[in-house]
Amino acid sequence: MPTFEPVLSRNFNVADGHSLKVYESRGGYQAARKALTTMSPDEVVGVVKDSELRGRGGAGFPCGLKWTFLPKDRTETLMCVNADESEPATFNNRYLMELDPHQLLEGILISCFATKAATAYLYIRYEYIRAYKILEEAIAEARAAGHLGKNIYGSGFDLDVWVHRGAGAYICGEETGLIESLEGKRGWPRIKPPFPAIEGAFRKPTVVNNVETLCCVPHIVERGADWFKSIGPPKSRGPKLYTVSGHVEKQVCVELPLGVTCRELIDEHAGGVWKGRKAKAAVPGGISMGLLSADELDTPLDFESLRGPGCLGLGTAAVTVIDDQTPIIDYLINTSRFFAHESCGQCTPCREGTAWMTKTIHRIKAGGGRSEDLDIMLHMANNLGIIPGTTICGLADGAAWPIKNAVTKFRDELEEYIRTNQNPAARPTPLQIDIAEGRVVNLEANRRLGIASPLPAAALRAPEPPKL
Amino acid sequence: MPADASTKTQPPPKRIPILTEPMREKIRSLFPRYPSKRAVTLPALQLVHERLRCVPLQAMAEIAELLEITPAEVHDTMSFYGFFPQAPLGDVRVWVCRSLSCMLRGGDELLEHACHRLGVEHGETTPDGKLTVDYAECLGICDHAPAALADDGRVFGPLDEAKVDEMLDELKQGRRDDPPRV
Repeated sequence: MPTFEPVLSRNFNVADGHSLKVYESRGGYQAARKALTTMSPDEVVGVVKDSELRGRGGAGFPCGLKWTFLPKDRTETLMCVNADESEPATFNNRYLMELDPHQLLEGILISCFATKAATAYLYIRYEYIRAYKILEEAIAEARAAGHLGKNIYGSGFDLDVWVHRGAGAYICGEETGLIESLEGKRGWPRIKPPFPAIEGAFRKPTVVNNVETLCCVPHIVERGADWFKSIGPPKSRGPKLYTVSGHVEKQVCVELPLGVTCRELIDEHAGGVWKGRKAKAAVPGGISMGLLSADELDTPLDFESLRGPGCLGLGTAAVTVIDDQTPIIDYLINTSRFFAHESCGQCTPCREGTAWMTKTIHRIKAGGGRSEDLDIMLHMANNLGIIPGTTICGLADGAAWPIKNAVTKFRDELEEYIRTNQNPAARPTPLQIDIAEGRVVNLEANRRLGIASPLPAAALRAPEPPKL
Repeated sequence: MPADASTKTQPPPKRIPILTEPMREKIRSLFPRYPSKRAVTLPALQLVHERLRCVPLQAMAEIAELLEITPAEVHDTMSFYGFFPQAPLGDVRVWVCRSLSCMLRGGDELLEHACHRLGVEHGETTPDGKLTVDYAECLGICDHAPAALADDGRVFGPLDEAKVDEMLDELKQGRRDDPPRV
C-alpha cells in the first residue's frame, strides 16, 4: 500500500488548529469556495456519489445516495449534523470538533450547498461541553469572515448553522430520534418510511449526516473522487479515524485507511495489550457491533469484512480491547446494563428484552446461573431488533449482538462460570422449581417462601382462630 | 370563625415567576432559529437548569406558556432525558463513567470509592451542597479512561483512587466556568 497521508487529522497537532486563521492558512475553505463558485449543487452531489463515501456514523449508508433521495421539487431542505456521539468507546467526533471545528463547518457548508439546505442544526450531546464552546466560537468566527451567513462568496447561497445541545440520551444518535429531540419532543425514533429525506425535521425534507462523514466532504471536493477511491478496499473507501481504548498501553485516536486489521491497530498504534498480557477479545466498533475473539483479530476493520466473524458491522470503528484476565461475564454485564439503561422504552421487545437480559446476566454473575440460561439468552437475542423485525430502530440489534457473539464464541467459558460459580442464596427455591416443572403446589404450605401473598401483619390477626 | 366577605373575593397571592425577564428574553431570542417554538423546549430547560441547578414544575409551566404548548408537553420531554433534576444539584455535578472502556480499567470501583469517600450514594449531593456524584454511560473521553467529567467541562483521567480523592478536593473548590449571568 502506498504511504498514507492523513487528511482528517492533519490539523490535530497544529498549534491553535481550531482557530479560523490557522485553518485558512493551511488551505481551509478553499474547497468550499471552489464548490460554491465553480460547481452546481448537482455536480457536488455527483462527486460525493462517485467517491463512494459511506456514512461514518455506524450504518455505513452511501452518503451521496442519501442526498439523491431528497425530492426534486422541494422548496426547503434542512441539514442535521449528528454530533450525538454516544456509542461507548467512541470519541473520534469529539477530536474532530475540538481540534478542527472549521473542517466540520466547511463540510457542512459544502454539503448544505449540495443539498440546497439553508439551515443546519448541529445536534451535539450535552457532555461535549468543551466541543460545544469551541464550535460556538468557530461558528461566530466563520460568520464574521463571511463563510456563513447571507450570500456566501457572492454565490447567492445563504446558510445558518445553529448548535442544538442534547440532554444525555443515547437514542438521540439515531437519526429519527435526533429529529424528534430537535423538535422538542422525547427522542423516540420514528417508524420509517417516510425517511427523513422525504419528511424529516419539522416535516421538511432533511439530511442527517455524521460529523466525520461531513469532514470527508471538503477533501473529496478538493482532491476529487478518484483520490478518495484510491484509499481502502472496495466498498469501504477513504480514510477513517479509529479509536482504540480499553486494555491497551496507549488509548488513541488515529487516522488510517479503512481496512486496517484489528491486530495491526492494537500492536502498532496502541502500543499492544497492556501489562504485557494477551488479548482475549476485542470489540470492533462500539459495543453494539459485537465481539471478535482473539483468533479473529486479523479481520480487516471495514464495512464488509466484519460480517464474516458474525459482527454487526464496522459501527463507529471504536476498538475496545479486553485482556485475557477479564471474565467475559463482566463484559456482558456492562453491555446489557448499558442497553437496558438506554432503551427508550418505545418498543416492548427492546424495553422488556434488555431489562430481562440484564437481570439474567446479573443473576449468573451473582451465582444463580442455570444451565438453560445461555439458550434462553440466545433465543431472546435472536428475536430482538430490526433484523428479526420486532422494533423500530436498531438499538435492540445493538443490544442483541454482544450477547449473540459472546454466547457463541465464549460458550465454554460461560458454561464453566455457571457450573463453578454457584451460590446457594441465588439458586431457585424448591417452590420455584415445582412451579417451573408444572407440579401442583400447595401455596398455603409454602407461604413463608414469599411467592404467595404475604401474611397479614400479626396485629391484624385474631388472637385465637375462630372455633368452627 | 366568621367568614369575611372581603377575603373570599380576594385573588390568590400572586406567584413569583421563576423565569426572570432576561431569561425569557434569551428564550425568545432562540425562536427565529427553528420553524416551531416547541423546538426551543430543550434549550429552555437547559437554561433554567443552568441557572437554578434544577427544573421545578413551575418553571416548566412558565416555559410552556412562552412556547405556547401545554405544561404536560414540556414535562413529557423533560422526563424522557433523565437529565433534569427536580431538586437542586450540588454546585458541581461530576459524572464518573461506567461504560466498557472505563469499566475494564476499574471505573465501577472508582465510582464506589468516590461515593464512599463523600458518604453519598450515586446520584446524591453532599450535605454541604457542593458536589453531586453520578455515574454516566460513555462520556466520549475514553482516551482518558477511567475518566470523569465535571459539568463545567473539566475532564479527569486516567484516574486511580488517589487521583479520585484529588479530583473530589479540587471539585469542592467550586466551578471553573463563568457563572451564568442572567
